[in-house]
Amino acid sequence: MKTETATNQIIGKTESKNLVTVKNLKKYFPFSKGFFLNRKRGAVKAVDDVSFNIRRGETLGVVGESGCGKSTTGRAILHLERPTSGKVIIDGVDLTQLNPEELRQMRPQIQMIFQDSYASLNPRHSIGHIIAEPMMIHKNMQQDAMRSRVMELLELVGLNPNHYNRFPHEFSGGQRQRINIARALSLNPKFVVCDEPISALDVSIQAQVINLFQDLQKELNLTYLFIAHDLSMVQHISNRVAVMYLGKVMELTTRDNLFNTPLHPYTQALMSAIPIPDPVKERQRTRIFLNEDVPSPANPPQGCVFSTRCPIAEPICSQRAPEYKAIEPDHFVVCHKVDKKRGEI
Amino acid sequence: MRKILEVKDLVTRFYTFDGVVHALSGVSFDLYKGETLGIVGESGSGKSVTMMSLLHLLPSPPAKIENGQALYYGDADDKPDTNNKPDADNKPIDLLKLNKSGIRKIRGGKIGFIFQDALSALNPVMTIGRQIGETLIEHLGMSVQQAKTRTIEMLEYVGIPEPQRRFSSYPHQFSGGMRQRTMIALAIACNPKIIIADEPTTALDVTVQAQIIELVQRLKKEMNMSVIWITHDLGVVAGMADRVVVMYAGAPVEIAPVDELYYNPGHPYTIKLLGALPKIGEKESLRLESIDGTPPDLLSPPAHCQFAWRCSHVQEKCWKIVPEQKEISSGHYAACLFDFADKTPIPPLM
Repeated sequence: MKTETATNQIIGKTESKNLVTVKNLKKYFPFSKGFFLNRKRGAVKAVDDVSFNIRRGETLGVVGESGCGKSTTGRAILHLERPTSGKVIIDGVDLTQLNPEELRQMRPQIQMIFQDSYASLNPRHSIGHIIAEPMMIHKNMQQDAMRSRVMELLELVGLNPNHYNRFPHEFSGGQRQRINIARALSLNPKFVVCDEPISALDVSIQAQVINLFQDLQKELNLTYLFIAHDLSMVQHISNRVAVMYLGKVMELTTRDNLFNTPLHPYTQALMSAIPIPDPVKERQRTRIFLNEDVPSPANPPQGCVFSTRCPIAEPICSQRAPEYKAIEPDHFVVCHKVDKKRGEI
Repeated sequence: MRKILEVKDLVTRFYTFDGVVHALSGVSFDLYKGETLGIVGESGSGKSVTMMSLLHLLPSPPAKIENGQALYYGDADDKPDTNNKPDADNKPIDLLKLNKSGIRKIRGGKIGFIFQDALSALNPVMTIGRQIGETLIEHLGMSVQQAKTRTIEMLEYVGIPEPQRRFSSYPHQFSGGMRQRTMIALAIACNPKIIIADEPTTALDVTVQAQIIELVQRLKKEMNMSVIWITHDLGVVAGMADRVVVMYAGAPVEIAPVDELYYNPGHPYTIKLLGALPKIGEKESLRLESIDGTPPDLLSPPAHCQFAWRCSHVQEKCWKIVPEQKEISSGHYAACLFDFADKTPIPPLM
């Protein structure tokens, strides 16, 4: 019964502007100490109160340094990790309310591409089998139909369909990532989470895969959540970008705003640190150096999480957490001082 | 400027069960005093193998250095009377001909090495202080107490807070950026003439990367060292290098001053590589230029231009001979058969 209502919800829902809505998403990993009592001593706040929308057909980039919770956000949205609290609404269905079977039925629409292209392919299966497996599980298809669909997918991602019977180790890193993409697309998903899909690849191969992502998006009307630490690539592929720090979104805006007029001091520091492949520009730049290291997410600073490293921090920053506010349409910033700075710009 | 290191026609091969891997096929470049030389290339292009060959860091077997010279001129400075004479009079040391004890004196003492993965390069069961102190005792013959004082100085110098206390910490107690700073302290402890940094910032976040680059640049100036910076990130090189070597499939394809390389690249590979990078601040998402295909298999490298498969300027002669390095303008070398004599700009690539 419940399944039916879920399906009805999908069909009945009129096309809204947002495909994905994430509200107050939290994912805490509790840790315990002590051998006997195994008491809960606290939790690593990997994702802490994250909210955003992803519009149909757009790419939302998520950037941040390692440990900022960008991958966990992606995994929590797809319920690969059950969120601690919060809502994830994909195409009108709230995933957090679904039972495992209902969730399984949602899976064809939501797919993920992982960073390590080798580890995410079963080395003992041929790539034909790997790409067909989602269809075996979710669809009742004839062998022949499945085979021709796999060939079609291989062609789509730029691989030779005759390599159907080869094994993952016979392919290079870039080709393996293409296999991953083909598998993710085999069930015609609406929404794909790409978790650092290109960071293990060489520059010349990165460009190939990025172009493939963009072509597929146009062709199949996909919506991406694109997680990466390479800011220049994110800027290239995204429509909007969320900057994360210690489990929180610090700034969320369109890619032009982010790269031309970043408002949050963390974003500004991050932008100033990206190396630009242009010697003259590079010499003229002034870098903002952040002191110290990122604090532990198990024990984040009081008030604003960035206050310990912020170059313009004031006493209020370490007392009260700033709110998530819209400075202008499509430009959200979490900072006490941005209103003041806005006047200067 | 004076040469401090001259590598000539270095050939390194790995004899494996699958066959002979032609890791380096004729690498030549010079390093001048006080400059930063960037070495860029994709994985497997031989960037690290070059540096490891110079310092005898490759396990042998399977590695074998088959040919080449690596002349180190650094000792000329130590004898002030020979300073005015031309290079030929100061007997350079061929690093590749040194025996085990000979290279030990160079490694860590005259040439410092910063590895990519600081956690696995540092000894996990030895305190930071002892590891740095060990080099000082070994190379400079310091007493334990002297070494300790100097180590704390070094730690402070590279920006590690509370060096007194950190002296007796273990590597796992440090964050990634601090570990890399420790590696740098270790590399510069003996006042080396050359620092070789092998992708030292690849595993770090961009904000930490900026700090480390700044630190190395400052140390280079203050200690008057030459730096070889190996990376795959053309952005990093643009900011810090004086000259750049672009490597592809085990040989340098282009060597040029940094501005020349970025604004007037001479090899089709470099041109495509620069086109494959996203441009910061571009108005709309243009398509990236991609290089089709993959680098050649070094188990059986072709006997012609290694890039011919992927090159859009490929001509008949490219399939017949291996191109040699030609000087296309002052200090700018490219290994390509494409005619650089006519100054017409290279047509846009397909």
